[in-house]
Amino acid sequence: MTKVRFSLNGEVAEVEVEPRELLLDTLRDRLAMTGAHAGCEQGSCGACTVLVDGCGVRSCLMFTVQVGGSEVRTIEGVGSPGSLHPIQQALSTHHGLQCGFCTPGMVLTALELFETDPHPSRDRIEEWMSGNLCRCTGYVNIVKALEAVAGTAEEQL
Amino acid sequence: MKPPRFDYVAAGSVGEATEALASAEDSRVLAGGQSLVPLMNLRLARPSLLVDVNHLGALSGFESHNGTLRFGAMCRHRFLETDPDVRQKAPIFAEVAELIGHVGIRNRGTLGGSLAHADPVAELPALLVALEGRVIVASTGSERAIPAAELFAGPFTTGLEPDELLTTVEVPAHRDGDGGAFSEFVRRHGDFATAGVAVILHRDGFGACEQVRVAGCGLGPTPMDLSAAGDFLRGESSLTDGAAEELGRRVAAAADPPGDVHGSKDYRRELAAVLAADAVRRAWARAGSAGGA
Ligand SMILES: Cc1cc2nc3c(=O)[nH]c(=O)nc-3n(C[C@H](O)[C@H](O)[C@H](O)COP(=O)(O)OP(=O)(O)OC[C@H]3O[C@@H](n4cnc5c(N)ncnc54)[C@H](O)[C@@H]3O)c2cc1C
Ligand code: FES
Ligand code: FES
Repeated sequence: MTKVRFSLNGEVAEVEVEPRELLLDTLRDRLAMTGAHAGCEQGSCGACTVLVDGCGVRSCLMFTVQVGGSEVRTIEGVGSPGSLHPIQQALSTHHGLQCGFCTPGMVLTALELFETDPHPSRDRIEEWMSGNLCRCTGYVNIVKALEAVAGTAEEQL
Repeated sequence: MKPPRFDYVAAGSVGEATEALASAEDSRVLAGGQSLVPLMNLRLARPSLLVDVNHLGALSGFESHNGTLRFGAMCRHRFLETDPDVRQKAPIFAEVAELIGHVGIRNRGTLGGSLAHADPVAELPALLVALEGRVIVASTGSERAIPAAELFAGPFTTGLEPDELLTTVEVPAHRDGDGGAFSEFVRRHGDFATAGVAVILHRDGFGACEQVRVAGCGLGPTPMDLSAAGDFLRGESSLTDGAAEELGRRVAAAADPPGDVHGSKDYRRELAAVLAADAVRRAWARAGSAGGA
């Protein structure tokens, strides 16, 4: 067992894990961050996306022992039920989600996009989001929501 | 718990990494994890020891030195795609890195990992073959270079020994008159390519073609060197549509593509022809302009 300390949504998290424990499982089973969703668990779907030191990564493809000293951000650290983040608000307004399974990964992936480029074009949005699968919406409303955020990003972010 | 049990070492130096690799049977390097960890989650790979090289800052640099471009093995795809220095001095690497998977994959996946993994449909191995590059690999106390032509032994199989760490990737620096392009076909954006073709060529000061290098992915068990298909272009100072299509036909004839659920052999051959013609047109135009690729 290895002790691992990292920052989780701005607070210190400390766990003792076997090397083989995936970050996704640690987040869900030990730290109650169940917003990181387990979809394919082989890198294909993006539902498990979290930010590690600001970069969107598949938490099903990282071992927890690898994030010692890093800053991890999950959907629980973005907005709150009473005060949604602009990306979350836009997805809600534009019906960018139905079952919501893909949504945490979508929001975190989009967050990295807007931090890199506050006014992405539609093409850029589509390219950037292509690694996150959604089985419900058909994507059109997700792209619309993010275009809305892109248009007003300066005031909102 | 998905992956089988393993021991884990986070290497602090190349020496520590190679010692750890030599210390156990079935040890494996953990780079970006974007190919290895899915295999472990599926229990198709069961290493006894993982040697994590993500903290080796010395392996993530890029430099141009005496006519050679040197990339650290841990250069992530996203770095190749966005770094201004790489985009200027090695634009073909940026063009190819953008084709790999999705941003979340590119944030982690590495150049060295892609070469060591040797997926026959991966882009970077084909690019290395087209550029006649080589890799430097280290083991305890020694180092050797493996030219691209000898690196890829078969699907997912390289000339690396189990205790060797790929540290550096070298390709010739861009000269005036060089131009390159990579064309591929994918069913859905970000997927592995059904087929892809890299063309790298050199035109002399008068615009005549001096050298043509061609390599493909998804067109054989390894990233195939198909350069012989381009020999007929040497000495030509313009590229007609007919010549671009002729190159396509020759590449298709030389390729040895697999037939599978993603496309039959014949389908991939036809793709190879179209992709080669497209790549040679773009490479030709770039070789004739100042910036090149
Ligand atoms: C959804 C998805 C889509 C993808 N799409 C594409 C695509 O379109 N094109 C493409 O080319 N790839 C694609 N990939 C794979 C990706 O490019 C990987 O990053 C790459 O193939 C492996 O690099 P890595 O750094 O992640 O290596 P790892 O997964 O860490 O390692 C892969 C193998 O190489 C060995 N290895 C790694 N580094 C070294 C080293 N320095 N020395 C010795 N051995 C080493 C490891 O031991 C392991 O056996 C995709 C992956 C996913 C999950
Ligand atoms: S659960 Fe990680 S990518 Fe699907
Ligand atoms: S809303 Fe159901 S998967 Fe996207």
